[in-house]
Amino acid sequence: MDFFLTLLVQGLSIGCLYAIAALGFVMIFKSSSVLNFAHGELLAIGAYIFLVISVWLKLPIYLAFIITFVGSFLLGFVIERLFLRPMIGEALIEVIMLTVGLAAMFKGLLLFIFSGNTYVYPNFLPAGLAVKIGSVSISPVYTATFLITVLFLIIFGLFFKYSSQGIYMRSVADSQTAALSLGVNVRRVFALSWAIASLVCAMSGIVLGILNGINVHDLSKMGLKVFPVVILGGLESIGGAIIGGLIIGVIETLVSGYFSTSLRDVVAYVILVIILMIKPYGLFGLVEIERV
Amino acid sequence: MKLRLRPCGNFKERYIEELAIFETDFGRLWTLIGIVILFFVIPFLFGSYGLYVLNHIGIYAIAAVGLNILIGFTGQISLGHGAFFGVGAYTAAILMAKLGVPFIPAVILGGIMTSIIGLIFGIPSSRLKHLYLTISTLAGQFILEYIFVHWKSLTGGTEGIILPKSTILGYTLKGDRTFFYVIFMCFVLFLWIAKNIVRTRFGRAFIAIRDNDQAAEGMGIPVFRYKLLSFGISSFYAGFAGALWAAYTGSITPEPFTFTLSIEFIAMIIIGGLGSITGSVFGATFITLINELLSQLAAYLMNLKGLAGVAMTIAPLREFFFGLIIVLFLIFEPKGIAEVWRIVKSSFRLWPFSY
Repeated sequence: MDFFLTLLVQGLSIGCLYAIAALGFVMIFKSSSVLNFAHGELLAIGAYIFLVISVWLKLPIYLAFIITFVGSFLLGFVIERLFLRPMIGEALIEVIMLTVGLAAMFKGLLLFIFSGNTYVYPNFLPAGLAVKIGSVSISPVYTATFLITVLFLIIFGLFFKYSSQGIYMRSVADSQTAALSLGVNVRRVFALSWAIASLVCAMSGIVLGILNGINVHDLSKMGLKVFPVVILGGLESIGGAIIGGLIIGVIETLVSGYFSTSLRDVVAYVILVIILMIKPYGLFGLVEIERV
Repeated sequence: MKLRLRPCGNFKERYIEELAIFETDFGRLWTLIGIVILFFVIPFLFGSYGLYVLNHIGIYAIAAVGLNILIGFTGQISLGHGAFFGVGAYTAAILMAKLGVPFIPAVILGGIMTSIIGLIFGIPSSRLKHLYLTISTLAGQFILEYIFVHWKSLTGGTEGIILPKSTILGYTLKGDRTFFYVIFMCFVLFLWIAKNIVRTRFGRAFIAIRDNDQAAEGMGIPVFRYKLLSFGISSFYAGFAGALWAAYTGSITPEPFTFTLSIEFIAMIIIGGLGSITGSVFGATFITLINELLSQLAAYLMNLKGLAGVAMTIAPLREFFFGLIIVLFLIFEPKGIAEVWRIVKSSFRLWPFSY
């Protein structure tokens, strides 16, 4: 039972990570219906910016956080302006292919600069975060992951609910034409959604880095892991992404605990194929009905 | 019989004329000349390394043509073709090494097996639009990769399988030149089949589905069946190419059949031109040559004193270049090399009155 509980807690914290990683993905998909295959590379870029600032330049941690967030926010803007803006109006296939190309580009560049080695952050988490519930002890990393996820969800919940930009973004997600005719600057919303998504990616990249060390290959794989999560939850649903993330995280950890660790990487995709066959629009997705 | 030349306008009166492969007799002539050069001149011009590169171009071109039928003509994206290529390779390798099946049936069964596996991952496309098929093939890629590495009794795990010498009717295939003939005969055959698939009823249905699937359904095209058919054909091409590759290289490991290979295939058809059969051949040539060039460069730098470190860092730049090329082509010439080729041809034809 203890073993099960440990796995469950571990699974839930990994699930939080998947959820927060999926959040940025869903944000881009909702506002511009682009499947972003460069998601993992965005995670990696955020993690590496943080690494360079905190470890190589030895700046204090809070400064490193601020610079990483500002940097990745700007990076999102730049990516949208340079690569996505010229593709507005092109076929969806070509836009998706573009993100595949971007992914290969970023990955190559990161490997060129940092090579395939695994780096670690200095341990800056306060030891007071370690929690002990009964016989199950939770290490500070997991508590931090959980807290950060909850914090981000609250911030984004408030942002979408009350800020004018958040409301614009929701309106664009709902219907681009309607939003445009009501005077919403759709281009700015696209740019903003890429920037925010990139910021969220940086955050989850840092958390992943604390948990597993920073490695280009692992992080870009993580970006593809997002797909089972968002498909399970439904591509358009932020709440679904969180629940999907938790479910996938728990199932993965349980499988690796009880069966074999090598199965861990593939079980999410098996789930994905099964969901696509039986409940294709996910748990909370928008069911599109088309009749001829 | 009068030689048909290019008319100065569009004077087609019947549908048959619109469907013809060769608009003029020059096209036919050039194709014949091309085939003669391909089989009687090229094999004797190149040494063993040149033939090795050409053989790879031929194999990848077959797979790329198949993928283009799926992405370029039917509008369904597959991110699993690297693994499907691997399924063909493994099927052929297992049949030849463990069951002693001869070369020809092994290669064909490799293709058939791959199209069965492909269809399994194509089923979600029945209810869903292309985004979901993309994701399902992505899952296929990772599940198949896992099987290649972990089903040790069948695939030999990371050690892989060593194939026996391939024989056709008692004649042993050895050397790059013999394989050149085998590969390029298949290449011509498969190109011919693909050309004919896309201009007949099937191809027209594929294009209708790509352009608007609801309208296609309304016109009485069974969309699901044609999507699956396209998927099956495309996987067959990939599997067949994979099987040829296995026979040619003589030993296989799970290493090459990764997500990167899938992206390379996609890069080939985007660079070559989506929805163009000849374009896929251009794309396969372009990517294979770039690949060889970069690895030659790395090898060359490795031998120079003091530059070995540089050579090590160049390897990841390959991926960077692929990405960059895909992005640049998509932004500046989304129709690929095929379009450039068309523009060059037509500017010759229209000279000096081109506008």
